[in-house]
This record gives sequence, C-alpha cells and structure tokens, in this order.
Amino acid sequence: MAETSTLSPGEIMLKVENVSLRFGGVKAITDVSFDIQKGEIRAIIGPNGAGKTSMLNVINGFYHPQDGTITYKGATRAKMKPYVAASQGIARTFQNVALFKGMSTLDNIMVGRTLKMKSNFFWQVFRHGPAMTEEIAHRRHVEEIIDFLEIEHIRKVPVGKLPYGLQKRVELGRALAMEPELLLLDEPMAGMNLEEKEDMCRFILDVKEQYGTTIALIEHDMGVVMDLSDRVVVLEYGRKIADGTPDEVKANQAVIDAYLGVAH
Amino acid sequence: MDRDASAVLDTFPKWLAHQARSRPERPGMRHKDLGIWTEWSWADVARNVRAYALGLMAHGLQRGDKVAIIGNNRPKLYWSMMAAQSVGAIPVPVYADSVAEEMAYVLEHAEVKFACVQDQEQVDKILSVSDRLQNLAFVFYDEPRGLRAYDHARLQAIGEVIAQGEALILADPEANRRLDAEIARGNGDDISVILYTSGTTGRSKGVMLSAGRCIAAARDTVAFDGITDRDNVLAYLPLAWVGDHYLNYAQALIAGFCINCPESPETAVEDRREVGNTYAFAPPRVFEGMLTRIMIRMEDASWLKRKLFHYYMGVAKKWGEKILDGKPVPALARLNYAIGHLLVYGPLKNVMGLTTVRVGYTAGEAIGPELFSFFRSIGLNLKQLYGQTEAFLFVTCQKDDGVRADCVGPATPNVEIRIADDGEVLYKSPGQFVGYFKDPDKTAETMTPDGFVKTGDAGFFEKDGQLRIIDRAKDVGRLRSGALFSPKYIENKLKFFPNIREAVAFGQGEDFVTCFLNIDITAVGNWAERNNVSYGSYQELAGHPQVYDILAGHVAEVNRQLAEEPLMANAQIHRFLILHKELDADDGELTRTQKVRRGFIADRYGALVTALYDGSKEANISTEVTFEDGRKGVIAARVKVMDAKVVPPVALPQAAE
Repeated sequence: MAETSTLSPGEIMLKVENVSLRFGGVKAITDVSFDIQKGEIRAIIGPNGAGKTSMLNVINGFYHPQDGTITYKGATRAKMKPYVAASQGIARTFQNVALFKGMSTLDNIMVGRTLKMKSNFFWQVFRHGPAMTEEIAHRRHVEEIIDFLEIEHIRKVPVGKLPYGLQKRVELGRALAMEPELLLLDEPMAGMNLEEKEDMCRFILDVKEQYGTTIALIEHDMGVVMDLSDRVVVLEYGRKIADGTPDEVKANQAVIDAYLGVAH
Repeated sequence: MDRDASAVLDTFPKWLAHQARSRPERPGMRHKDLGIWTEWSWADVARNVRAYALGLMAHGLQRGDKVAIIGNNRPKLYWSMMAAQSVGAIPVPVYADSVAEEMAYVLEHAEVKFACVQDQEQVDKILSVSDRLQNLAFVFYDEPRGLRAYDHARLQAIGEVIAQGEALILADPEANRRLDAEIARGNGDDISVILYTSGTTGRSKGVMLSAGRCIAAARDTVAFDGITDRDNVLAYLPLAWVGDHYLNYAQALIAGFCINCPESPETAVEDRREVGNTYAFAPPRVFEGMLTRIMIRMEDASWLKRKLFHYYMGVAKKWGEKILDGKPVPALARLNYAIGHLLVYGPLKNVMGLTTVRVGYTAGEAIGPELFSFFRSIGLNLKQLYGQTEAFLFVTCQKDDGVRADCVGPATPNVEIRIADDGEVLYKSPGQFVGYFKDPDKTAETMTPDGFVKTGDAGFFEKDGQLRIIDRAKDVGRLRSGALFSPKYIENKLKFFPNIREAVAFGQGEDFVTCFLNIDITAVGNWAERNNVSYGSYQELAGHPQVYDILAGHVAEVNRQLAEEPLMANAQIHRFLILHKELDADDGELTRTQKVRRGFIADRYGALVTALYDGSKEANISTEVTFEDGRKGVIAARVKVMDAKVVPPVALPQAAE
C-alpha cells in the first residue's frame, strides 16, 4: 500500500479545482477547490445537504462534475468509472452500510480483495492450482485485517445479524482489504454510542499510523472531527466557506454562522 | 519421572526444563492467531523462554525484581512469567481490565521494575501513571499495533527481547551457562509469584506464594484428578487470578499438558470447541450464560426440536446424574438416555465445547442447584471446589462420586480444615501463602497462632464430611429481632433466577430484609422482545412495571423457600427495588472477580437504602459512573420501590414435638 505510492508525506495527493456539480437545476457543488495531502486525515464537514457526500462521490468517480478538474497523484483525470478509481487505490465506506447482508464478515472483507485477484476464471471455478495459492495469500491478508479491527469473534457471522457498530467496522475492513492509498469514510461514526465511537477513532488513527493511508472523512460529531483531523474543509450549500486546521476552522465566523445560524 | 529428578524440581523453571527434556515433541502451548492455531512444543517453549530470560537479564533484570504481567492469555505473557522466574525475578500478574488508577496502585505497591503487557491499551494505561512508578524501568509489549510512533527509550517489543536473547546465545557461549546457574540458584523457598487479591473489602493485598508450596499443591491435585500430558485446557481466565495461575500455568508445567490461548476473549466459546479441552474450569456465571443462551435458542427452535429437547431433558433430569455417579439404573432407562445422548445431549455439549471435557470444576460463587444439575444430567462431570488465593486455590474439592450442589466437598489431600468457634473456616494447606507483600500486620491478622489460615468465610461440615459455606463470616449478621441474616445466602437464591443478574441484600440491625436487584439484560431483553415490550435503554427496561411484576414473583418464591428453612425463615425480603444501572467493577461496585462490594454500594446508593426502609414508593438517585477510558459522567434516575409478598414461616418440626 504505502510502498506503491511514489509520493512522500505532505505532498499533494489529490487536488480538486473549481469543481461544480449540477443535477438538472439543482446545484450540489459550486466552484469548490481544495486538496488532500499524502498521510493526512482530512475532514469534510458542513450542515445537512451541504454537498459532502456528493464531493466524495465526485472524488471516487461515481459522479462526474460539469466543471472543474480533479488531479490524483499528478494525473488530471478524465471521465471515469468508480472501478478505475478503485484500481488506482481509492477505497470508501458508505453512509448507510452497504455490505452483503447474507454473507459472513470474512466473505465480505474477502470481496475487497477482488481487484487483487489475478488467477483466471478456470482455476477460480475449481479452486485449484494458482487460484488456491492466491486465495491463501489473500486470506492471510484478510485475517490480518480481522485481527487489526478486533473482529475475530464475528468472523463467520452473517453481517446482517450484527449490530450496527460492528457492521461499520466490517465495512471499514472491506475498504482496507483493497490496500487503499486514499480512504474515503462517509460518516464512519453515525449512529454509534460513545464507546463504539472511541473504538472507531482508534482504528482510524491506527490505519493512518500502520499503513500510512491518507484518509478523507465526513463526520458530524465535531469532537471527533476536531480531535482526529489534520485539516478541515467546510462546505455550505455546495460552496466552500472555510479550509484550515481544526483551530482555524473553529474560529472562523462563516463556520460559526453556518452551524448556529445568523440573526436577520 | 525418576526420583532423583523430582527431588530437585522445586521451581517452575526447573519443571519447564524437565518437560522440555522428557516430552520435547509434545505440544506445550497453542495460540490461535490470524485464524490458525500456532503450536509450540515444550522444547520450543523452553527455547523461547531461555532466550527471553537472557534478553531480560541484558536489560538489567535481577533476582528479586518484580515484573508486572498485564493482558489476556497469550503465550508471550506466559513466557514472561517463566522467563522472569528463570532469573529469580517475581511475576506480578495484574487484571487486564483494571482502570489506570487501580493498576497504578498495584504496580506502585509491588515496586515493579519491568512490565510485560499485551498491547497499546495497556501501554497507554501504564504511561498515564508512569510518574508514580519510580521503579519502572522498561515496558515490553506483545502487539506492536499503534505503538510505532511511541518513544521507544523505555519501550520494546517482546519479540525483539527474545531475538536479542537468541543473538546472545549465538555470540556468547557463556550465556547459556549463566542462565543455567541462575535457574539452579532458585529453590523452593523463593517467592514464585505475587497475586493481588481482587479486594472484596478495601485495597487489594499482594499474596506471596513460594515456588515449593505452589508445586506441592499442584502435584496433589494433578494426582487427585489423574491429569496427564494428554489433557488439554483453554486458558481464558484472567492471568491475575489464582485460578489461572493454578489450573493452567502450574498444572500444565507439572503435568505437561498443553495450554491453548484463545484468539480473543470473545472467541473463547468457539476456540474451546476447536481445541476440545478435557479439563475445564468456569465460574458459575459462565455456565449460567451458556444455559441462558441455549434456552433462548430453544425457544426459537422448531416445534419438533423443542418437543425433543424438553422430553429428553426430562429423561436426563431423572437418570442423568445417577448414570454419571455410577448408580444402578434400569436397562430401559439407560437405553433411552443413550438415544437422548445421540439426539440432544451430545449436540448440546458440542455446541458449548464440552464434548471432550473429562473433569470440570466450578467455584467462586454458589452455583444454583438446577443449573448444576442441568450440566451434570447431560453427562458433564462437573464438580465444585472451594479455595482462595491465600491457599493457592484448593481447600476442598469434590470426588467424582461425591458431588452435590449445596456443598463444596471434603478437604483436598494434605489439607487440614478446622471450624472456629464463631463458625469461620480455617485451613492449613501445602500451597498456603507465605505472607502479604509489605503487610506483616495483615498477615498476622489472617493467621492463627498455630499456623492455620483464616478464610473469612463461615461454614460447617455436613454429615457426609463435605464443607458447606454460608457466607463471609463478617457479613453474617442479625436483624433487630435477633434473627440470623446472611446476605449472600439470600442473594444467591435470587441470582439463581435467570432474570436476575445481581442482588444486594440489606438488613443488618434493621427490622426486616430488603434488597437491590439488577436485571439480566439478555434474559429480560429476550422476554421483552417476545412480549412486544418496547424499551429504549437498560434503564427503561429495568423500571418497566411488568419487569417489576416478574421480579416480584421471583422474590416471593425466594421468600417461600426461606420460610421452609428454620434458620432463615425470619430473614425474608420485605421490600425491593430494581437498580437503574448495572453494577460495574469500573465504578467500584463489584470486584474484578465480579463479587458485590456491599458496603460500598450501601454508601453510594444511600438514598435508595433509606427509601427501602422509610416506606416511600419512589426515590431519586444520581450516581457518578466511570467510562472505560476513565472519564466520568452522571446517571440520574427515579427508582420505584416495591413491597414483596412475605410467607409465614412453615411450622417447624421442633414446634410439633
């Protein structure tokens, strides 16, 4: 993962320039620019409907902006499909857990390895020869993630039966299985209790520390955002209203107005 | 083993060397890691421990130093104990779930020089209190995750220490000889380990156990239960508890069987199934948890399965224990039981990971007679033992053919028991402790002039020679009327109901007995689901009127049982309430071994105790709670108080005379 990247920490990994996104007449994002540096935790915050999730969808190629450019690892990107983003090292989790409910934790995380599987269809069907060797290697990687996220006890449990907090953890596991360079987390702590949130914070910090993964996250819990992130970008009604360190953002009048409202 | 060898086997490092010599290929330890069981033979274990010990010596570990061991059951932590003992240092296992403050007390009191810990969580706790730990020179950890960015001036991975030791052995031919000399210097009078008691009352005390005595005690019980190197245990009990140090560490080193370390505490049930343990210990609450889970799942089973289950549990209830005890049973009943085994008992035991268990023990708390019978009736050889840290566990234990639920068995071989005039149980045992660390006054207080140890428990011998424990000696009290009042006796009766997780009884010097109850969230939650009772939180469910009604029924049943016992008939429960929060060791309400700290609870919930006695229907309470990270918060609630149905005492036989 970190080894495959040619960037060193602090260099710009992803650059969003003057991006605008419209759905018909609805302007989801208007003229937003910011960047994500290698090795940092970058938070995107803003009130509901500010365009945060749309921004993530633009970054991983699910939406295509009408204006503006996205430069990822030095290459300005043309229109592309999400799986291209995935093969370039961008992984994500979703606001509403998007796992295969009937499959076990192990299988769900194994799915994250799909893009890394090289053996051909024939061998895979018979689970023999190169496919078997490959599966053992992938399984080992997945087991390391299971160990990392402390979910050994639910390895074989269908994820549909798990509590929400654990499902979120499994989803993070699946994203990690792709060995991403850039990890996009859409509200990783939504609906969690205090203890689960603390666990998740620790996992996010550990991911950054252990794998050197760059992380962009959307989160509503301001305590979490201010604690975890290195830099924060604030959106409101699809526009960027602030960008900087947590302390700078906290002191920014526009941000305070956006969150608390302004007297008219 | 030959006699010459056994004569000098007076410390655990010597036993380790003995096992590595006499059964080098047999598995000594297993650990499930990344989903796969990794195995170390006794020779491997010994090799690793030797390298580890040399690595620790290179870090400056010396004879008599204390080494804290903190974490779950993992090979590297067991090796830490062995390595420390090899050098003549003293391991001090600490409860891994202690909050930093508790840990600081033990580490400070024990003057630990090194700490061998599992992971970042434990390292963080130690670092947060390191300014109080003057003697602490180094912290070693097993799992590197999250620790990469830490200052490694006084921090190192255990794996690296072992590698250093290995390098030393290669580089310096004298290294092995130096270590051998250290091991040979050790003898049976050395302090082998300091185990801190869980502290039912006040601060925990460091119980010093000597190597020779530990080994003597463990050899007695290995012989008693015929344990061999073919046995298998799953090590899931807290390292700091005497039970783990005895049943797993000491007995494994003596008998040469394999210690299996689970993947994580949560996977213990499944890991137990996989390793097929033959020798098992679990406190009653673990068995209770298993039974509750099975009963809940049976409720969800199909009609046919439910019928089968209930029919064959009836058969088991009637004949199972008799068959287990080898008593005469009609052939037809035997046949029916065998079919039951095929259809129900076998699969049940398999699900719980008990199929291969040859000897099972339970202790720590009284076990409910029905719970106990359930496991015995499906063919599990479950027995009770009674012991304490000061005795190095065993004081009494039951023989295979002398098992009953209400007693804890006769004295273990070579143990002498005496009942003091005030009913307190006193004993003298081969494994008994040398003294409390840095506390000669407490030591003197605990010993009688002729060398017996006071257990602090009140009990008496039944006619068949089995010991029966009633309560903590100092807790046995009297009501204002002078009637005997034993809080634990009443609490245990209450806790036998699956819906009640914890109970705290009051009544000393009062007119009548009252109690606090904690609901069992699994059992009551399941009931709520089944009966369409919706609830948003533990607190809401605990205060639900229907839950109060159910528990009132349980209390009335306990009163009915008490009424039948002449000694206890006047100690029936008159009023009770259900607490709004679960009693928790983090808040100091329970000990780390999950025993209630009655005095502390009475103080903390003073307003509620007052309400129990002043006749009010409701009371307000707000309590401070401690979260896992050590932060504090406040829970406030309005708790209802309910009157219980009291039964007039059954006419006593004496009265009829």
